[in-house]
Amino acid sequence: MGTVEYIQHHLTNNSIGEGFWTLNIDTIVVSLILGALIVFVSARLGRQLSTGEPGGFQNFVESILDFVATNVRDAFPGHNPIIAPLALTIFIWVWLMNFMDMIPVDLFPYLFQLITGDSHAFLKIVPTTDLNTTLAMALTVFVLIIFYSIKIKGVWGFTKMFLFHPFGKFFIPVNIVMTFIEEISKPLSLALRLFGNMFAGELVFLLIALIGGTLAVGAAALFWAPLQIILDLGWLIFHLLVITLQAFIFMVLTIVYLGMAHDESH
Amino acid sequence: MSINATLLIQMIAFMLLIWLVNKVLWAPLSKLMEDRQKKIADGLSAAEKGKHELELAEQKAKDVLKDAKTQAQNILGQAEKRGSEIVEDAKVKATEEAGRIKASAQAEIEQEVSRAREGLRKEVSSIAISGAEKILGKEVDAAAHNDMLETLIKSI
Repeated sequence: MGTVEYIQHHLTNNSIGEGFWTLNIDTIVVSLILGALIVFVSARLGRQLSTGEPGGFQNFVESILDFVATNVRDAFPGHNPIIAPLALTIFIWVWLMNFMDMIPVDLFPYLFQLITGDSHAFLKIVPTTDLNTTLAMALTVFVLIIFYSIKIKGVWGFTKMFLFHPFGKFFIPVNIVMTFIEEISKPLSLALRLFGNMFAGELVFLLIALIGGTLAVGAAALFWAPLQIILDLGWLIFHLLVITLQAFIFMVLTIVYLGMAHDESH
Repeated sequence: MSINATLLIQMIAFMLLIWLVNKVLWAPLSKLMEDRQKKIADGLSAAEKGKHELELAEQKAKDVLKDAKTQAQNILGQAEKRGSEIVEDAKVKATEEAGRIKASAQAEIEQEVSRAREGLRKEVSSIAISGAEKILGKEVDAAAHNDMLETLIKSI
């Protein structure tokens, strides 16, 4: 198997269906498992909550909650009970999905191929390297932005924002185009930033994996394998930072965009 | 890589997850944290209140102690006064008693003196009569010389 094929193989989803009605099974299953994990762990934690001294795990979760709540307080001017749970969901879920990147790139595909008996079975276990996942979240946020913009500013206020912003009443056509681009760029930048970072990260892991795999033949493996381990470790540590940062950025931008939607003067 | 129906599934999954996270994680835990914060605030204010009350109680105790001291002083003073009064009273009574005893003793003495004088007088008159009888050599008629005798007795 050649280098290009190896990489392409790893970056293809396991999917069923044709055209638009294709379902990326691996993306859906992994993200749902992680979502279920959040709910399951939360529910278990919920049964043993205590107002008194919080235990180790409760303490950890409380600090995450506190962190999210602080960010919401700082970046969100109004009061909306949906913002904090939304931000929390984004942060945890995106982080967990990103964390799938930390699992050795060949482990799950290899196991999957063993189980199915199909040595060419596709499997991509990082849901955020699938544009569908990131765009789904970004579009959901976008729907909320539009919904709250109209709810807070009213239909006329929302229309006015398109007509007179940013250049005043003499540039209405320009304003419409500008505002349209501004609004559309919000979900697009959210989706593409996360997708791009995770996709690139995965790609680097694949390239590092190639060092010890395809390149090394015979005695050369003695040299290449340690190099791969060192590089992998380095990128792993760096990428751990990246996945946290990306989850955080997605969360904060969501809060900020929704805050803008709630800002009547804007 | 292309956009497909997975997008719709992921959107639904995302919304569902937001709802679930709110239900099982955010709502209970943030309520709990708020409760705890309230509890801590309550505890702090209760402690503050307790401290204040302690101060008040201390002040009160001091006041009561001071009151008690003054009262004790008063009682002590009164008792002293009463004691000296009693002593004074006793003194007065004793003096009166002494006076009375002295008076009665004097009266008795006077009585005794007058009785003795009376006796003496009778004796003197009889002696005088018997003396005069001897001198005159005859019986003196007491009744005839009564006037003279009377003046004699009176002069004693």
